[in-house]
Amino acid sequence: MAKKHKSTLQRKEAIEGFLCISPWLFGFVFLTLGAVLFSFIMSLTKWDMINPAKFVGFSNYSTIMFDDDRFRQSLKVTAIYAGFSVPLGLVFSLALAMLLNLNVKGMQWFRSIFYIPAILPGAAVAMVWQMVLRPQPSGIFNAILGKLFHIQPIPWLTSPDWVLNSFIIMSLWGVGGGMIIYLAGLQGVPTQLYEAAEIDGAGSWQKFRNVTLPMISPTLFFNLIMGIIGSFQVFTSSFIMTQGGPANASLFYVLYLYQKAFKYLQMGYACALAWILFAIILALTLFVMTSSRRWVYYEAELKR
Amino acid sequence: MSKVAVIKKGRPGATQKKMWRTIAYTTLIVGSAVSLIPFLWMLGTSFKDPANVFADPIQVWPNPWLWSNYAKAFSKLPFAQYTFNTCLITAISMFGQMISCALVAFGFARMRFPGRNVLFVTLLATMMLPAQVTMIPVFKIWSTLGFYDTFVPLTLPSFFGSAFFIFLLRQYYMTVPYEMDEAARIDGASTLQIFYKVLLPQIKPALATLAIFSFMNNWNDFLGPLIYLSSPAKRTLALGLYAFQGQYATDWNYLMAASAVVMMPLLILFFCGQKYFIQGVVISGVKG
Repeated sequence: MAKKHKSTLQRKEAIEGFLCISPWLFGFVFLTLGAVLFSFIMSLTKWDMINPAKFVGFSNYSTIMFDDDRFRQSLKVTAIYAGFSVPLGLVFSLALAMLLNLNVKGMQWFRSIFYIPAILPGAAVAMVWQMVLRPQPSGIFNAILGKLFHIQPIPWLTSPDWVLNSFIIMSLWGVGGGMIIYLAGLQGVPTQLYEAAEIDGAGSWQKFRNVTLPMISPTLFFNLIMGIIGSFQVFTSSFIMTQGGPANASLFYVLYLYQKAFKYLQMGYACALAWILFAIILALTLFVMTSSRRWVYYEAELKR
Repeated sequence: MSKVAVIKKGRPGATQKKMWRTIAYTTLIVGSAVSLIPFLWMLGTSFKDPANVFADPIQVWPNPWLWSNYAKAFSKLPFAQYTFNTCLITAISMFGQMISCALVAFGFARMRFPGRNVLFVTLLATMMLPAQVTMIPVFKIWSTLGFYDTFVPLTLPSFFGSAFFIFLLRQYYMTVPYEMDEAARIDGASTLQIFYKVLLPQIKPALATLAIFSFMNNWNDFLGPLIYLSSPAKRTLALGLYAFQGQYATDWNYLMAASAVVMMPLLILFFCGQKYFIQGVVISGVKG
């Protein structure tokens, strides 16, 4: 009797539980799972969204891999961008966080100044940077560089050799988010560890290398993964500022994908591009995760 | 023990510290100056006369100072309409995300049902999926249902929750002691009552964080409106800026005025809700 009573209660709880998560479940089934399957099937077709899709097997993938110069260019652009902006971003944001962690006066002001760019609308930010990076001497960056260091005006966004550098510099403007995560990580490092290191005669570098770095390695790991994912998904800035130009020198991967889908209406091809992007991001994430066993230090592991 | 340490450190430590502080202040001040240049240049340009925007040598202080640029920028394109559209989309999405995420997270944190753990891991796994993979099929679904060029694709999905926010709220629910639910249940409260009378007030700080980030995501969204909205009257602010640039490419003073206005709500939100901003970033970083 008592057992039966319990099972009806359990059933009631299970039903209510499913009701609670039903909004997500519904969205997951239709807008995620369904869409993922649909996307994969469509990646095997030639499809312009107007005429019926035509099954073509894996030919989209083989075209992308072996016969698409713009794909190769977009991958190259994105990889170079990621290769510079991710490590530079990590170093910059960590350096800023460490400076702020010295109990400087006005810390909150500095923190705000560095963090705000990370929360602003990408479209408006792109407008402002276009103005700042004008190639003429009337661009503020060129004006300052010319005045202080007598540097000739730099064709920031108009030269294929410079445009990617400009995007990397812009990405550094938005390192504030990472900085705040580091700051929290740094504040969690117990001061006794530094005191112990000082007693052992450790200098600043040794303290950084042997106390700070291991203690914040989980934060570093998180920022690295988020940085990689983010750098492979750059879209708004390149769409607004350069449309991938000049000479495809800023043709980021997602911009290329967007163009294939919504400009040339090659939806099947764009789906295949999206799957390749997913594979790349997944591979990089797994690679970092596997390597992290060697360099990420979790306090809990020791306690176990 | 600490006394010994202090004595041992002595003077050299103190001068070293002083040196580090000087370096720190110099770097921070130079760094924030560089960081502020784009802002200040935007504001400066937004008040300039068109003739002075590209003056060489550059004009640092706008002269004449034209407040009217802001009014003119707003009259060139229907920015009032864009603002209304953006506010509407943002408000509906925020509302949808808050109720759906709070409820779903409650289900995952407090209710026992078969398959809960598998479903929760599935939810976490969906965070790994880049939006580009589902972008085209989802576009097809909405346009087949006849919702192309409406706000539906930009608002309705938020009522299905979002994986990251659900995860964040669920972690927060877990910190609320179970005794609170049990006491309410003994008093005869239903599950729904426990959800909104007992637990919801307990997770208010997390909800505030969610509200802020949801506002930011929706206000800043560019790709969504770009794909789904085609008629000029339905544009959001971000899209309106882009259209403005296309039509009045040479009017940089107006474009900068419009950009400043689009940024303004986020600046206000940041200074009002700084605590929740910082908290949100930290939670996502430490627990994610």
